Amino acid sequence: MDLDISAEDLAFRDEVRAFIDRSLPSDTREKVRRGLKLTKEDHVNWHRILHANGWGAPGWPVEYGGPDWTPMQRHIFEEETGRNHCPRLMPFGLKMVGPVIQAFGSDEQKAQHLPKIASSEIQWCQGYSEPGAGSDLASLKTRAVRDGDTYIVNGQKTWTTAAHWADWIFCLVRTDDTVKKQEGISFLLIDMATPGIAVKPIITMEGGHEVNEVFFDDVVVPVSNRVGAENKGWTIAKFLLGHERTSIAEIGRSKAQLEKLTEIAAAEQKDGAPLIDDPRFREKIARAEIDLMALEMTLLRVVSAESAGRVPGPEASLLKIRATELQQELGELLMEAIGYYSHPDTPEAREFGWNEPSVGPDYAVSLSPAYFNLRKTSIYGGSNEVQRGIISKMVLGF
Amino acid sequence: MPFALTDEQKLLQESVDRFVERDYGFDVRTRLAESETGWSAENWARFAELGWLGVPFDEAAGGYGGGPVEAGLIAEGLGKGLAVEPYLWTVVLGGGLLARAGRNDLLEELIAGNLQLATGFAEPQARYALHDVATKAERSGGDYVLTGQKAVVFNAPSADRLIVPARTAGGQTESRGITLFLLPAGADGIALRPYRTMDDGRAAEVTLSSVRAGGDTVLGEVDDGMALIEPAIDVATAVVCCEAAGVMQALVSQTREYIGTRKQFGVPLSSFQVLQHRMAEMFIHKEQTQSMAYMAAVRAAAGDGPAASRAASAAKAYASEKGKLVGQEAIQMHGGMGMTREMPISSFFKRITMIGSLFGDADHHLDRFADLSGGRTG
Ligand SMILES: Cc1cc2nc3c(=O)[nH]c(=O)nc-3n(C[C@H](O)[C@H](O)[C@H](O)COP(=O)(O)OP(=O)(O)OC[C@H]3O[C@@H](n4cnc5c(N)ncnc54)[C@H](O)[C@@H]3O)c2cc1C
Repeated sequence: MDLDISAEDLAFRDEVRAFIDRSLPSDTREKVRRGLKLTKEDHVNWHRILHANGWGAPGWPVEYGGPDWTPMQRHIFEEETGRNHCPRLMPFGLKMVGPVIQAFGSDEQKAQHLPKIASSEIQWCQGYSEPGAGSDLASLKTRAVRDGDTYIVNGQKTWTTAAHWADWIFCLVRTDDTVKKQEGISFLLIDMATPGIAVKPIITMEGGHEVNEVFFDDVVVPVSNRVGAENKGWTIAKFLLGHERTSIAEIGRSKAQLEKLTEIAAAEQKDGAPLIDDPRFREKIARAEIDLMALEMTLLRVVSAESAGRVPGPEASLLKIRATELQQELGELLMEAIGYYSHPDTPEAREFGWNEPSVGPDYAVSLSPAYFNLRKTSIYGGSNEVQRGIISKMVLGF
Repeated sequence: MPFALTDEQKLLQESVDRFVERDYGFDVRTRLAESETGWSAENWARFAELGWLGVPFDEAAGGYGGGPVEAGLIAEGLGKGLAVEPYLWTVVLGGGLLARAGRNDLLEELIAGNLQLATGFAEPQARYALHDVATKAERSGGDYVLTGQKAVVFNAPSADRLIVPARTAGGQTESRGITLFLLPAGADGIALRPYRTMDDGRAAEVTLSSVRAGGDTVLGEVDDGMALIEPAIDVATAVVCCEAAGVMQALVSQTREYIGTRKQFGVPLSSFQVLQHRMAEMFIHKEQTQSMAYMAAVRAAAGDGPAASRAASAAKAYASEKGKLVGQEAIQMHGGMGMTREMPISSFFKRITMIGSLFGDADHHLDRFADLSGGRTG
């Protein structure tokens, strides 16, 4: 086993770094670095900048406009963009519905949607969860009833991230309720501008607006917008769960957070000395760094197996669990580092361009809200309990 | 009976629980938190009527002869409803300092419900060290002139008077040489920068620019303010641990209710053993936080000294650490619902999180506990 990445990969890493350095708008970098509020435009602009460089669809094969990167190159890209304060590329088009259309879509669907996903012309959101169908996704109730060459869709989705930014939504809908619940589900692409769709914001505990409820009231959807066969939607849902799971590790972003933690702990004082010299706090930073190393090494082993042609299976669950726990651990330490300045709630100071001096140190304004918000990571994307269930079943054979 | 509440204490506990159950629904609480002052003057008047404002003070001072235990029971009960009234800041800490300084004249006002207090026990550079005081009070004739900054002064926006520790002698981190001043909030040279806190409270940065204070504004002895503030903070720490126990109780009961009702896979979430066991853990931590909080309150009631300080630090180290865990678990078991502002559980989570660092986080109190125990750390 070798712990060094190849010379070509190193050169690629330098290329990515240099590109970010050159091309990431400085205000966007600043927002990401300081944890300030990002707009839809921040995400879209960055995506378009990448697209103009031929990097708009990092995980895609060349025939659909992707750069045809190796698993290692994809990993390097994820890490470098995360570490160097790039906004996240919204995953719903690029990592979810895009690969689904590539694998299961018709030629018309490919031609209609893929180029606009790669170029970020069209934004997507994911309509899976419902009020009654969270961990038990297959019990979903939103109904699509066939009417000639259309479906009439009625029901409700919830927790839909970025529905308020999206032009299209991909949905799991019930097309047969007389069979086993997994066998009566279809996968539909729905234009958000269709009459009968209403989006209602859900405000999360720190005051942010990322998620929404989406209501469907007699929404007419052409049958040609179905991906795959009728009642075969569950197969697609499962395909998606296994796809591109290595990016979930968020190694780059966690490295950036660890650096930030180190900087803040050096700036904060405890008993007249930097907090970072406090044995208890030092130990916590060390522990987080070791957790990060363990995750990175595990990820690299998975990436390497992928390069050899293996599709990651339950390792994805391991990565999801440890990555989200690490993100939460770092968020906790960041909040802890700032002592009493974790208390003031100054949402205005979390907006970019707010020019007044902040209540405490500048770096403190977004840390408690981030801590609160990060609780979501162990809930979404298949909760960590559900992931442990997968490992128990698929690896341990229980 | 040892290790049990007296009949009187039980009655007090019941009356607070009744108030919270009847009059402090979550929507009421939200409305109050959103209001201009962030709490209810009407409720405060009721607290006065019910005697809660006078409970911890001596009869000689117009109080009802209770102490930290009774204050703790009130805080615990209020914690279950996440009450936003500044009981901790005005009655427990502010009132505690006035009582120690023998200011019965002002206590009377406080007990009647006509006085709000805030104490500037933290400074930007000090983290949780009470003795790290850079704010200066310099003699000028018979007066003092105060200059400095106080960080995150809870209840300052509502306070009629501020209690401000300032350095009259010694170096910045010396325990000796700190004097407490009681200043009218509107005194010349005092500037407030008010804001809301993460858990829906109110606080402010307080800047003192050449504030003139007469000799009669000194609370307790000149240069010996630590003798007042350290034990007063120990009491407040014990009381906030009681509040933490109340908040944790709410977190546990709401989560129990939620997973008992919410169905996935055709069964209530509570039928999954992994969640049952984790809820059992939450229950254990809540129960033990209550034990530690009562212990700290009883030790504080027995008088100031190392035993009271040690108990306060032990309780707070425990409550900070386990409170965090119980809060995180409560959110996790609520799934997406736990993330919403609308669901009460998220507000309880935010409060238990913020209590975590009040008067010092777990690390601070572990260190202090070890020091007080004669052990050496770090
Ligand atoms: C911020 C955020 C963004 C999201 N974005 C999207 C989105 O864009 N599109 C979308 O479709 N969905 C989205 N989701 C929804 C997310 O996928 C669900 O919240 C998740 O699947 C959990 O479902 P639930 O919230 O209904 O919780 P529940 O399923 O009710 O679970 C509650 C708790 O019980 C546990 N639990 C459930 N079943 C078991 C079991 N069998 N054994 C042990 N424990 C169990 C869970 O792990 C959880 O801790 C988002 C959620 C959040 C919080």
